[in-house]
Amino acid sequence: MSAKTNCEIPLEPERYELRAAAPYRFDLDRRDFFNFLGAGIVVVSVLTPAIAAQESGGGRQRRGEGLPQEIEAWLHIGEDGKVTAYTGKVEVGQNIRTSLSQAVSEELHVPIERIELVMGDTQLTPFDMGTFGSRTTPTMNLQLRKVAAAAREALLASAAEQWQTDRHQLRAAESRISDPKTNRTIDYAALLKGQQITKTIAADQPLIIAAQWKVAGQSVSRVDGRDFVTGRHRYPSDHKLPGMLYGKVLRPPAFNATLVSAETENAERVGVTVVQDGNFLGVAAPNSKAAETAIAAIHADWKVQPQISNKELVDYLRKNAAESKDPTGDGDRFETGSVDQALSSADHKLQTTYTVQYIAHVPLEPRAALAKWDGDQLTVWTGTQRPFGVRSQLAEAFHLPEEHVRVLMPDMGSGYGGKHTGETAIEAARLARAAKRPVKVVWTRQEEFTWAYFRPAGVIDVVSGARNDGTITAWEFHNYNSGSAGIRSYYDIANQRIIFHEVDSPLRQGSYRALAATANHFARESHMDELAHGVKMDPLEFRLKNLKNERLRAVFEAAAKQFGWGKSKSAGQGFGMGGGYEKLGNIATFAEVNVDGKSGEVKVVRVVSAFECGAVVNPDNLRNQIEGSNVQGLGGALFEAIEFENGKILNGRLSQYRVPRFSDLPVLETVLLDRKDIPSVGAGECPMVGLAPAIANAVFNATGTRLRALPLVPNGLKKS
Amino acid sequence: MATIRLTINDKSYSVDTDPDSNLLTVLREDLDLTGSKYGCGEGQCGACTVLVDGKTQRSCITSVGSVLGKQITTIEGLVKGDRLHPVQQAFLDEAAMQCAYCTSGMIMSAVALLQQNTMPSEKEIVNFMDGNVCRCGTYPRIIRAIQRAAKAQAPAVAQGVGR
Repeated sequence: MSAKTNCEIPLEPERYELRAAAPYRFDLDRRDFFNFLGAGIVVVSVLTPAIAAQESGGGRQRRGEGLPQEIEAWLHIGEDGKVTAYTGKVEVGQNIRTSLSQAVSEELHVPIERIELVMGDTQLTPFDMGTFGSRTTPTMNLQLRKVAAAAREALLASAAEQWQTDRHQLRAAESRISDPKTNRTIDYAALLKGQQITKTIAADQPLIIAAQWKVAGQSVSRVDGRDFVTGRHRYPSDHKLPGMLYGKVLRPPAFNATLVSAETENAERVGVTVVQDGNFLGVAAPNSKAAETAIAAIHADWKVQPQISNKELVDYLRKNAAESKDPTGDGDRFETGSVDQALSSADHKLQTTYTVQYIAHVPLEPRAALAKWDGDQLTVWTGTQRPFGVRSQLAEAFHLPEEHVRVLMPDMGSGYGGKHTGETAIEAARLARAAKRPVKVVWTRQEEFTWAYFRPAGVIDVVSGARNDGTITAWEFHNYNSGSAGIRSYYDIANQRIIFHEVDSPLRQGSYRALAATANHFARESHMDELAHGVKMDPLEFRLKNLKNERLRAVFEAAAKQFGWGKSKSAGQGFGMGGGYEKLGNIATFAEVNVDGKSGEVKVVRVVSAFECGAVVNPDNLRNQIEGSNVQGLGGALFEAIEFENGKILNGRLSQYRVPRFSDLPVLETVLLDRKDIPSVGAGECPMVGLAPAIANAVFNATGTRLRALPLVPNGLKKS
Repeated sequence: MATIRLTINDKSYSVDTDPDSNLLTVLREDLDLTGSKYGCGEGQCGACTVLVDGKTQRSCITSVGSVLGKQITTIEGLVKGDRLHPVQQAFLDEAAMQCAYCTSGMIMSAVALLQQNTMPSEKEIVNFMDGNVCRCGTYPRIIRAIQRAAKAQAPAVAQGVGR
């Protein structure tokens, strides 16, 4: 039942993931392809409605709607044998430029260095909702394998026809086709000379099975690694154009402020372009220093309003929760059995509350955009996980048809779910229109901390009941504001009530790596630990007793073995675990902490993760993602929190907001469970969700102190 | 405004700017040496790290007026001909990056570390590199890359080459 059970749990919609408008419709005209790409072969993959609905990130809005078929990816092999694959996905550091190239190389039998990937260019690549939700591997990787396989089959058929022979006796390898019987060979380029072949992949396009992969499944090194270690790669903030100006925007003193009046004469006098348009006030100058000087010379009056602080946050979230609007069991609300009855007859009952604070993504490259107008045609280079989404925002902001807007996304300096929007693109375009020159806007770190968006804060109430033998009989779970991703329990509990409560957030909030799953797993896995303690059972034994899912059991057992669960501990030492199922992957995380009895300092000493995401596409890159999830996850678990008051961020600088550094690094051990019999899924998010509860449970194990708020120890463990 | 002369990667440059302009902005805007990155603007993340007379310096909080007549090395200056610096090669070999936006600064810091300590312990690496932030969390790989580079450089240093 293992694989099946996981697939049966629907992809849970994420409240703060985008809900985009109808997908762009792309007309398939073969002449267009060849005018644009040159002769050769083009293979197109068409998105099925089922995948399209999932890709929207909010499947429920689309339920029952017949979606048009969409192009998802295409691949071109030119007369010169050059292979180019086109996808709307983008590279933000997850190394999909390499893993997708591996997919093409595997099926097409072309060396990986001869494959180019064109990504995230709204003019050249097919529409894509965005790069988020760990969807690239389960969808795009599969689609590119299919188009590459279809191209290989077309080439084999073409050679068979040319040689008047049986296609099944031909072999494809190293960009050429050979006939072992006659020793004839022909390379792909020669075969495609003067040809114009178009093909759409068949729904049942057969693929090489994972057990026989030669390029996929290997730790292939990064395809363009050299450009990154030499500083040659141009990130969005590095792009330049002749005659370009540097833009800067005057920021309000607080959120929700309104511009009343502004004196801009001093700024205009020094020869910069000043644009005032509603609440927008910005400048464009020949260099960034002049832009800063001009902004400082503007005197503006803003109308501000009182707003809450993070000290009042927990109360605010509870009091301002809306009634759940969606009683269909679709993520906002799920009920089975009778929770109230089961609670009243339980041997053990437990009621606890967990909280999480707003945190910032802090992508090391802040938002950046370079905009250029040619008449009413707008081109923008910008760092975003949603180039097509940014194109829509630009079209809307400037009242343009989308065809007049081109957004290009150079591989950027990370996002973690924090760059779904196009703020700098709009700002740069507005200034460029006024200045009649290209304009670049790069946010400062303080702007990124303040004017981007945050991972939602939340309050989670859990009530549970269990029998003396450790069987959980009742589970009630309420999440206020933080989101519904990962809200459902994977433990087998007969009576459940799970409700998400929407709140009008006091801060601008949005997607974040692993979304709300981090908060929901923190609450669930902490509560499991507390409940195990209540029924006097070992936390691992207690979990396994209530868990049928074989894949999840397997990661818990593998991590426990590697960790050495059950070993004795010394004073100050503590062991704990957390784990779960998210974005189709399975994770178990075991942590060892050391708590200094005098200072209260909590040090995470060792973290063991066991992860299973189907057939592994690139083992080393997968390890890199899991290690990175744990290191980044340390921040949200231990010390990251946004402090705010009256519409102002109080710690919006890197000197005030602590992120994990080298000295925070625990020993990291990763166990990969490679299931070649199960389709590959993504890994950028799931591995993060087990860490915070594992640490909290380990701190309890070390000290007897139960921590129920993230971050756990922003100032060390205070003695009670 | 003044004409400022800078020596960067063994080349001479003249820039018309204020002596109090920060080095990072001059590198990126005036000289198009964009390998050094802006990350925080207050010397907290290390993405802008360059070497000034062989020592690490946060170029975002360094005025150009303070580095006149000094040898400035940026990430662009490490490659010799076609050959990567051993630290660059080690970062590739250990896949010590994800988005790689921090990589230039990490490599420059690591080069400086290995110049003053040819075989640093893990603890010494952690202490020296603690001012460089990698948000993707590739720290364990960066440590391994520095250890690998140290080993690769060891014979060269002993023979007095590669300095």
